[in-house]
Amino acid sequence: MANVLVNAPKTAKRGSVVEIKALIMHPMETGFRPGTMGKIIPRNIIERFTATWNGTEIFDMEMSPAIAANPFVSFFAVASESGTVGLRWTGDEGFVVEERVVIAVE
Amino acid sequence: MRALHFGIGLAIIFAASWAAAQVGADKRRSGTQDMGEALQKMQDDDTANPGMLFVQLGSQSWAKKAGTADKSCADCHGNAGTSMKGVAARYPAIPKGAEAPVDLDGRINLCRTENQKAERLPPESRELLALEAYVAHQSRGLPIAPPADPRLDAFRDQGAAIYRARQGQLNLSCAICHDDNAGRKLAGVTIPEAHPTGYPIYRLEWQTLGSLKRRLRNCLVGIRAEPYASEAPEYVMLELFLMDRAKGMVLEAPGVRP
Amino acid sequence: MDRRRFLVGTAAIVVVPLGSASATPEAMAEAIRKVVGDSAVTESRVTLDLPPLIENGNTVPLVVSVESPMTVADHVKAIHVFNEKNPQPNVFSARLSARNGRAAIGTRIKLGDSQKIVAIAETSDGRFWSASADVIVTLAACLEEST
Ligand code: HEC
Ligand code: HEC
Repeated sequence: MANVLVNAPKTAKRGSVVEIKALIMHPMETGFRPGTMGKIIPRNIIERFTATWNGTEIFDMEMSPAIAANPFVSFFAVASESGTVGLRWTGDEGFVVEERVVIAVE
Repeated sequence: MRALHFGIGLAIIFAASWAAAQVGADKRRSGTQDMGEALQKMQDDDTANPGMLFVQLGSQSWAKKAGTADKSCADCHGNAGTSMKGVAARYPAIPKGAEAPVDLDGRINLCRTENQKAERLPPESRELLALEAYVAHQSRGLPIAPPADPRLDAFRDQGAAIYRARQGQLNLSCAICHDDNAGRKLAGVTIPEAHPTGYPIYRLEWQTLGSLKRRLRNCLVGIRAEPYASEAPEYVMLELFLMDRAKGMVLEAPGVRP
Repeated sequence: MDRRRFLVGTAAIVVVPLGSASATPEAMAEAIRKVVGDSAVTESRVTLDLPPLIENGNTVPLVVSVESPMTVADHVKAIHVFNEKNPQPNVFSARLSARNGRAAIGTRIKLGDSQKIVAIAETSDGRFWSASADVIVTLAACLEEST
């Protein structure tokens, strides 16, 4: 089950810069840690986080095993026009999660 | 039990051991105050506190039907914002018809088995922690208020005795660290006063949410004592004692701790 | 959690090196070279914010920000963060544009040990800028039994 917390303003002035913060539940297993039987636990990370504004990509981040469990990312965006910010996380084991928030620009 | 001196033998561990706690002004410190600014900010910002992911998960479980009774928590308890407000602040408590106290996760599991007719959720399982976090979150900002039930006294006293007894290969008591040496550094880490203000906590060391029991186990392992079995009554006794010791302090669940 | 042990008395905490999987200053230099090629890197314009004392290396808040007008003509195109001692030198690489308005990224990283962190920004004119920070990581006390 997708478990995501996104923080973005519901409204923004046209042309202003807004901060978008996103937190997602994920173990970010490094692939370097030994498990119970001394066997390495297979890597299971989010590899990529992208954001779009009304479909146009505005942010793209490639992650590594050095990103902490339950990854948190904050970034900025220019509130160009009212619309939908789409957030997408993809990773190992076919992990795909999408979340959308709507920002009204006035 | 505010002894002024502690045995000189302890000097192997702490150069000078001294009871700093004093009667009078409330000088108690939540573990939050021992953390750096960055971690305090992480705890205080709901969209940055990873524990809030579990609270969100818990709110989903709250509304999900389970067991042969096919009932959700919400079916009986309604809106948790009102029905669960203040509940975490007064646990452990003795359920109706029972004789021994249960802690909050014990109480939730009672509802699982008796009211939902579902299987118990395993200790430290994600679903149990999420429900516990969701329930505890409803008491955030409220003072810890243990119930005035005289039947609890005997259990609490046993908890106090455990707290003060030396144990483990290192022959230490909880009190030696958490009363007499709180605020000092141990291998670079500040020893907190051990107030259960934030539970369940998102502990960075665990990279996940965990219960007060798990935290206590860590301290027992730290002093090389055999931790009690995962659902042993000793944990509830210790929790009763710790909650009483922290009476009036504000609940912060879900806390963030290093 | 056998890796680290809580030893009162000697106040010692043993860290078993991660062995061959460990990144090194050389591996970091190599990873940086892959990004910047032969270009010069100027230590300016980039700010790397980390807590002065890291209480647990599992989750370390980090903010990288770059001075830039963030216009179409002059903006930050990419921000990369590297480390010396985690198993791999790359921490993250992000692509930005004028649409971001502000060149700042916050995240949380894992740091297995005290080490140097480097952030590199590439601006739209193809130049590279950097900042670095030396971080000290405290290892947690009172850990789990072996899991
Ligand atoms: C050798 C010293 C020592 C002893 C003995 C010890 N602890 Fe701790 N305890 C610590 C340290 C250090 C921490 C904080 C750990 C960290 O941040 O890595 C801690 C943390 C805690 C916390 C978490 C507080 C918070 O803010 O969430 C509780 C509760 C606690 N201990 C209870 C106990 C109990 C109960 C006992 C006895 C069974 C005990 N401890 C024994 C050193 C000790
Ligand atoms: C069939 C109805 C029913 C369902 C379903 C149910 N409960 Fe309960 N719950 C009760 C009753 C009855 C009590 C006891 C009230 C009392 O003792 O006065 C109770 C008590 C509690 C308490 C303690 C409240 C207090 O004031 O001490 C908590 C916490 C709790 N339930 C949580 C849950 C959770 C979480 C779920 C879902 C997993 C759940 N309950 C499902 C009926 C239910």
